[in-house]
Amino acid sequence: MDLLSISSTALYTAFILYLIATFFFGATIKDKQTDNKKKGFSGKIAITLTIIGFLAQLVYFITRWISSGHAPVSNMFEFLTFLGMALVLGFIILYAYYKLSFLGLFALPIAMIIIAYASMFPTEISPLVPSLQSHWLYIHVTTVALGQGILGISFVVGLMYLIKEVDQTVRSKETTWLEIVMYILFVFIGFIVITTSFNFMNYNATFEYGQGSSAATTDYHLPAIAAPNGGTLVTEDVMKPWFETPAWFQGEDAGRKFNTLIWSVITGTVIYLITRLILRKRVGATIQPLLKNMKADLLDEIEYRSVAIGFPVFTLGGLIFASIWAEIAWGRFWGWDPKEVWALVTWLFFAAYLHLRLSRGWHGKKSAWLALVGFGIIMFNLIVVNLVLAGLHSYA
Amino acid sequence: MKQIKCDCGHVNPLGTVLCESCGKPIEENQHIDGNEGKKLLNMRYDGTARRSKTYTKSVVDRIWSFFSSVKVGVWLIVLALIASMIGTIFPQEMYIPANTPNRDPAVFYESQYGVLGLIYYQLGLHNLYSSWWYLLLIALIGVSLVICSLDRFVPLFRALRHQNPKKHQSFLSRQRLYSETESATDEELETVKKQLKKRRYNIKEKDGYLLAEKGRFSRWGPYVNHIGLIIILIAAILRSTPLFFMNEYVWVREGETEVLPGTNGEYYVENKDFIFETHDENDERFKDALSKEGMVASNYQTDVVVYKANRSIPGEEPELEPVVEDSIQMNKPLSFDGYDLIQSGYQLNEFSSMTFKIHETSDADEKSLGSFTVDLRNPQPEFDLGNGFKVVLDQFYPDYYLDDNGIPASETNFPRNPAFVFSVYSEDSEKPEVSFVGIGRNIDGTGENKYKLGIEDFEMHDVSGLTFKYDRSLPFFGIGAVIFMIGVIQGMYWQHRRIWIHKRKDGSLVMAAHTNKNWFGLKKDIETVTENTNIKMVEDQQELGEKDN
Repeated sequence: MDLLSISSTALYTAFILYLIATFFFGATIKDKQTDNKKKGFSGKIAITLTIIGFLAQLVYFITRWISSGHAPVSNMFEFLTFLGMALVLGFIILYAYYKLSFLGLFALPIAMIIIAYASMFPTEISPLVPSLQSHWLYIHVTTVALGQGILGISFVVGLMYLIKEVDQTVRSKETTWLEIVMYILFVFIGFIVITTSFNFMNYNATFEYGQGSSAATTDYHLPAIAAPNGGTLVTEDVMKPWFETPAWFQGEDAGRKFNTLIWSVITGTVIYLITRLILRKRVGATIQPLLKNMKADLLDEIEYRSVAIGFPVFTLGGLIFASIWAEIAWGRFWGWDPKEVWALVTWLFFAAYLHLRLSRGWHGKKSAWLALVGFGIIMFNLIVVNLVLAGLHSYA
Repeated sequence: MKQIKCDCGHVNPLGTVLCESCGKPIEENQHIDGNEGKKLLNMRYDGTARRSKTYTKSVVDRIWSFFSSVKVGVWLIVLALIASMIGTIFPQEMYIPANTPNRDPAVFYESQYGVLGLIYYQLGLHNLYSSWWYLLLIALIGVSLVICSLDRFVPLFRALRHQNPKKHQSFLSRQRLYSETESATDEELETVKKQLKKRRYNIKEKDGYLLAEKGRFSRWGPYVNHIGLIIILIAAILRSTPLFFMNEYVWVREGETEVLPGTNGEYYVENKDFIFETHDENDERFKDALSKEGMVASNYQTDVVVYKANRSIPGEEPELEPVVEDSIQMNKPLSFDGYDLIQSGYQLNEFSSMTFKIHETSDADEKSLGSFTVDLRNPQPEFDLGNGFKVVLDQFYPDYYLDDNGIPASETNFPRNPAFVFSVYSEDSEKPEVSFVGIGRNIDGTGENKYKLGIEDFEMHDVSGLTFKYDRSLPFFGIGAVIFMIGVIQGMYWQHRRIWIHKRKDGSLVMAAHTNKNWFGLKKDIETVTENTNIKMVEDQQELGEKDN
């Protein structure tokens, strides 16, 4: 077996272990005292599995590094996978401190969604373009991912806090927004489900379209609902597109990405509706009773602590190391590229979070909502800025 | 200056909320920190007198209070955040793609994004980050940083330096963590003290009152990081002056030497060779990716020699003396004498010269009747071939294309796709024959030309684009960033923990505690130090009672 297949096996192993660990964390629901030092048996198994899973993912990372010759953080697949790993690491660190099994039940699924989402992007090892050939690649990118992973924990915990604290007996603005957040998670799951299904069937439809003066082709791996702007279907015996992607969608392969988005929303919605039909109440309301043994204050504290720990790490990786590298590679440390601007937006947002919390007394729900928005900004920078706004950082 | 005297005898400055010495709430000032009617005291700045909350009459006072408000600070941050987001909706002017048909912003935004693009352009959002209002916003954040920090740092520093362990009961009982133990022995108190010392608390005692404190320096974190940010903003101002920052761009053809702009002709650079390499398609590791993505560049490199010009008399043709000879690659800029040269662009395969021959139109073998070479960098107007033929260069299009009206034009001034209009004079005709020649085109002006021109040979070169700059503000940015990181780590990774213990004469004991963050950790500390004693664990009064969310 060569290194690369060891690497991908290790990643699979990690994923499966996280999945099993989640169930064991789930089994700790019956442990009544959440801050009891003596942990139940299942809690011990769960954290052990998580650590083994993390080590397996470390094996993936190292073997991939050796076989490609560069740190595996150079494209969307590699970066997102690493972000999932950073999230798990953040969880393990906080677990060591707070011994909260419950956190695992929420943190691991989020990490798994991110890793599964990552594997939807091309997974081949690709060579580095000259601008990426630098040690700063792994110094900058790993620090950013670590910072974002730790900040991600504040999202996980903030979400737990809201699920626990938002009054589900009456319909309110808060229940609606919370349900929207749950729905967005379903859309990510929808994306993974639909992409995996059609990949499994090896679906392919090719379009030809004009790009500037030359003709280009694009391969759809999902049936085309939205064709590329000005594109014609070349492949026969596949579904005809329903409409064209509007011209104002910018960037490379805008049509295909838009089509994938439509499919993700449809699939996510279907899964969500089926879930609601079975549950016959809001998803948030279903999860709420599971959290009744949690102390709200402790959740609030962990959420704040992960921002307090993650913020300096993010600043270091996302702004300082980023600037140093930009100065070396491009001759300017700051150039208002969309990715840079959104890193600044993230930084300003968490700076506002900290000021509101420390000086204006925004605790509890207010601060939890902010943690959710903060992670939303991080994901926006990761997904929308890379795929839609396109700039110097569009490597995927 | 008016002062307030507390019951304990301590004289406090006007505007004090909690007595600097005993911590007793000063009745008339409780509204300042919103303590009225609340069980718990707001300990944010230890109840010290802040200028912004004390003096609010004069204009200066009002400006001071305005900028020292965290609310205003957060609003400024949020506005800067929203403005920054808006700037990424459409590309900024400098990021208009190079391959766009018309890069003029007046045309680009409307043609690409319709009405929204037009509005974006007309509002000046295409240069948002250098607009006066964006810069003003950043400047206001700077002002807020300075005033906020001064307003709070000075009184807080005073208060924390001279802490009196002897606190008033109303101060202790209104802390978030509090407990009363009916009776505690001196031995138990000693155990606690020993445990506290073991956990690296500093202990101060006075009249049966005890203060255990640790991590006070973390309270200075915010002020340290604000200093770092202020240095960064100052560095940004410095960078906008030519003394600190210069940025130029120079294109150099292979084999040529160009003067480096911005040095008053002091430095020259020679491009000895431009190297463009791609990843090996047969590389086992990257095979899959390369077959999908196609060619991927692996190296952009310019081998350069930098010269310093020596002129004995100003204006004289300089003598060039080599300073440094090196290769510049992406991520490996060349530094010399405080300047940097950075690999920033390239153009492959420009034409240096083209050689044409004349032959008879009817000759199938195209036998040459004479030839001439056009130097595309500096084309001669006329070529005398010596054997009766004379060729005049009427038009030269370095980068030929047909414009919207179908008229030949040149897209750039770079000889990437040269085309020519020649007039050929020969002995057997008085009138010249007109020919249009380009790559892959050879058009006869009249359709009756006797002689035809053909491309016989050509030479090509690459051009390298180099950024040439100095940035003397970088050390300031570096210092600012380091100070910011120190401050933020100091403030975030450590906590200021204080525990007050008072053993009353009747043997009862009260304990109160405060921290600026991580209450969980403080509770754990107290749990450990009171282990094996009868001293009651503190109760979290916030958890039980009010919650200000």
